[in-house]
Amino acid sequence: MTANTPSPFLDPSERGVQPDAATPSGGAIQGPTRGLFRRGLDVFTENRLAIVGVVIVVAFLLFCFVGPLIYHTDQVHTNLGDAELAPGAAGHPLGTDQDGFDQLGRLMIGGRSSLEVGVAAAVLATVLGTLWGAVAGYVGGVVDAVMMRIVDAAMSVPALFLLLVLSAILTPTVGVLIVVLAMISWLGTARLVRGEALSLRVREYVQAVKVMGGGGTRIVLRHIAPNAVGTIMVNATFQVADAILTIVALSYLGLGVPPPAVDWGAMLSHGTQYVYVGYWWLIYPPGLAIILVVIAFNFIGDALRDAFEVRLQRR
Amino acid sequence: MALLEIEDLRTDIRLSRSTVHALDGVSLTVDRGETLGIVGESGCGKTMTALSVMRLLPPGGHIVGGTVTLDGTDITGATDSGMRRVRGNEVGMVFQDPMTSLNPTMTIGRQIAESVRLHRDAGSAAAMRRAAEVLGLVGMPYPEQRLGDYPHQLSGGMRQRAMIAMALACEPKLLIADEPTTALDVTIQKQILELIDDLRARLGMAVILVTHDLGVIAGNADRVAVMYAGKVVETTDTSTLFANPRHPYTEALFEALPETSVAERTRLYSIPGLPPDLTEPPPACRFAARCRYAADRCRTDEPDLLGDVAGHEYACFFPVGTAERTGVAVSAAEPPSVAPDPDEEHLLRVENLVKGFPVTAGAVLQRRIGTVSAVAGVSFTVRRGETFGLVGESGCGKTTIGRLIVGLETADSGTIRFGDGTGGGTDLTRLRGRDRRRRRRDVQLMFQDSYASMDPRMRVGTVLREPLAIQRVGSRDEQRRTVARLLDEVGLPAAAVERYPHEFSGGQRQRLGLARALALQPALIVADEPVSALDVSIQAQILNLMRDLQREHRLTYVFISHDLSVVRYLSSTIGVMYLGKLVEIGPAEDVYTAPVHPYTRGLVDTIPVADPRVERAKVHQGVAGELPSAISPPSGCRFRTRCPLAGDICAEEEPPLRPFTAGGHAAACHFPLRAPQV
Repeated sequence: MTANTPSPFLDPSERGVQPDAATPSGGAIQGPTRGLFRRGLDVFTENRLAIVGVVIVVAFLLFCFVGPLIYHTDQVHTNLGDAELAPGAAGHPLGTDQDGFDQLGRLMIGGRSSLEVGVAAAVLATVLGTLWGAVAGYVGGVVDAVMMRIVDAAMSVPALFLLLVLSAILTPTVGVLIVVLAMISWLGTARLVRGEALSLRVREYVQAVKVMGGGGTRIVLRHIAPNAVGTIMVNATFQVADAILTIVALSYLGLGVPPPAVDWGAMLSHGTQYVYVGYWWLIYPPGLAIILVVIAFNFIGDALRDAFEVRLQRR
Repeated sequence: MALLEIEDLRTDIRLSRSTVHALDGVSLTVDRGETLGIVGESGCGKTMTALSVMRLLPPGGHIVGGTVTLDGTDITGATDSGMRRVRGNEVGMVFQDPMTSLNPTMTIGRQIAESVRLHRDAGSAAAMRRAAEVLGLVGMPYPEQRLGDYPHQLSGGMRQRAMIAMALACEPKLLIADEPTTALDVTIQKQILELIDDLRARLGMAVILVTHDLGVIAGNADRVAVMYAGKVVETTDTSTLFANPRHPYTEALFEALPETSVAERTRLYSIPGLPPDLTEPPPACRFAARCRYAADRCRTDEPDLLGDVAGHEYACFFPVGTAERTGVAVSAAEPPSVAPDPDEEHLLRVENLVKGFPVTAGAVLQRRIGTVSAVAGVSFTVRRGETFGLVGESGCGKTTIGRLIVGLETADSGTIRFGDGTGGGTDLTRLRGRDRRRRRRDVQLMFQDSYASMDPRMRVGTVLREPLAIQRVGSRDEQRRTVARLLDEVGLPAAAVERYPHEFSGGQRQRLGLARALALQPALIVADEPVSALDVSIQAQILNLMRDLQREHRLTYVFISHDLSVVRYLSSTIGVMYLGKLVEIGPAEDVYTAPVHPYTRGLVDTIPVADPRVERAKVHQGVAGELPSAISPPSGCRFRTRCPLAGDICAEEEPPLRPFTAGGHAAACHFPLRAPQV
């Protein structure tokens, strides 16, 4: 530095003396402005399996909720004269079951209750579990200990046992099933979100809010919950799949929605009685439907995990 | 023939939608036994050069052209197994962060022995013996006993020594040290650099020292290559480069150093803009867009790396120091910097501040087994409008003091008085509830890592409006206008409000951090290492901005940093901390040029100065050893365990902070470096 004496140059692009008024001293920012949602969508759509998952779910939604409007069947009155018809019989492309109900139409309304219960239970469980876990994780200390011991205690009761007792006491309507399923499945979400909250609450941006004078409510609702959203959403899709499987199990045990309502689990349960007579159309369609929907939700969950990762998103 | 010859090396990194041309025609040579320094801003290809030699490129990275010749053998086309024989055997590598590059589940003995067993075909007992030997070589005390330690049981400096031991285990001909001291404290940095230099001389190996710090280069490299945007722009021997830089980029790097401008306290030269996007590098001089001398020719033609008679090579049409230059540098009529005004009221008075963090054991019962004494009786005052610099090694309690002032921690005892001098001000430690929340407006914090301090899911507009929303300042419309004004003040375009924090560069994020700290119009900003993570040119931009804003808003800063040269540039008063104690305090120039406490002296000595003659002529030894545990700090003077002057009294009696000049220079030492003048 000796031979070349430094002179106090003024950075020409510093404030005040701007050679090009359009470029602020901090430098320009490039690329189009796009929301997090659009960018997340880009990452999501790059995942082929996720697209498959979405297609399957949409197809089943149409099948179950729009299908019955086009394909009218009587799913209330038994018709033993037409019982156990093989697929291809007149008016019954998938045959009929032991009570003479059209199997295709039954698949539609059965899927309706399965999907309704699955999605609603998952949403309820996720909301409850997220709030519980976020508060416990953020507040910490005694509050955290008490809240999490409640979760531990509830988790220690075998879920299937609890469900059996409850469905024996209560009449298992769709509404009741939703509440009961949510009650057992929010526990996992709560633990997961608490773990996230524990790591998020020591992040610098949470400390920055404290320096500004922000309180706990703002921190939990504006910062912790949104930043845990990736974990929460992924978990929620798995919850949907789990809930569908749980009602299938319940219905299989004969404790699902009471007749004339039906769901895939109950259909499968009835169908298994005819395994040895070879009535495959009573077993494979509901079984395949269950597997497809559960797999589809798992694919979606996987892709959502990537889509919510901010760093993976590009301009 | 040179040991390592890199000829026209080109490395690309394929991304999903584009290709980054990370290296574009890099040619370098390293002779046996010499140290080549590679210097430049981050992202300019320094590390990529090192990784290309080792062929440890990140996913998608591959060499597309050029040759790498090691000891007469072309290793560019070597197979993977061929490269495995080179790595760790002929070429050793030391990475930046020893914690992440050591396997936490293996003892360091086994990790070092691993490379010996792989390359030397030695049995496990022989390999362990060799591991103990090299650990002793790198200055690890009791090497045999350390063999069974896991990385987490060692301090940062000792871990880096273990890394170096690992790299040296097979006696490589070439050691590549990639930012070997960036993650370490300045006192430890000096020890490690001296170790590398000493080993080079003893083992006769060549060293490539990759660093962003010109001071490190000055003291340790024989020759220097300056890199910019994937190219070498200037290369020559160290003394020539420092005495007579020819490339404008090199010159700009020098001028951005705070020590360059500290004497006149002028504005720092900062390189405007950012390095070019290497996916589509401009077909011209890559530095032209940021160069103050650039002419039309620079924007159309690409200069070659040409040498002059003395072997000084540079790639520039209008090199520094010739008459051909077209651009005229503007010399600025700089307003004087904010000097401490003795008549100014005290804005902040910290008295006997104490803070300890409990150390607990046991998962359930959490027995309290000790206390980390982070801050132990610290007192200082800050006048309105001045900058108070707080320096010390990591773990000395400077960040804790910052957090206590902004209220992120509560003090065990002591007071933090804020506001008017006459009434004594408000004691921030006693405030509760609403008062406390309102007081937050007056004291704001600027974080080291602005990215981590902003919610990644929020747009910048929301981030900047949040303090206003929390404190209910103005209507939504007014808040929006305030945000626009803040962005303008820190030199960012108004369109930034629509963006997310991860879309900004490091320097831009730090501007955003400053804007947010300013949103509530505080009187005091505590800046915790605000420029430590930035490149020197960006650091200069932020320091300039901080000074401008201080002048305009009459801000008071408490500036926390481990970098004494940055603190000296910005501060009017400096406080030096050691292990929870304030050991010296006084006017910045006094403390820096005439330190009283041996620790301050050591700190000043360890700072690498970007001048080879000064750096190599240093006789003082810096600070020996490492920071003792704050759980059981040494009795008496806490510095005595590392102090060259310590006597018996230092262990028995704690030295009080006593004045040394009438100007407010005080230090706590029994054996000060000069006598009190009061």
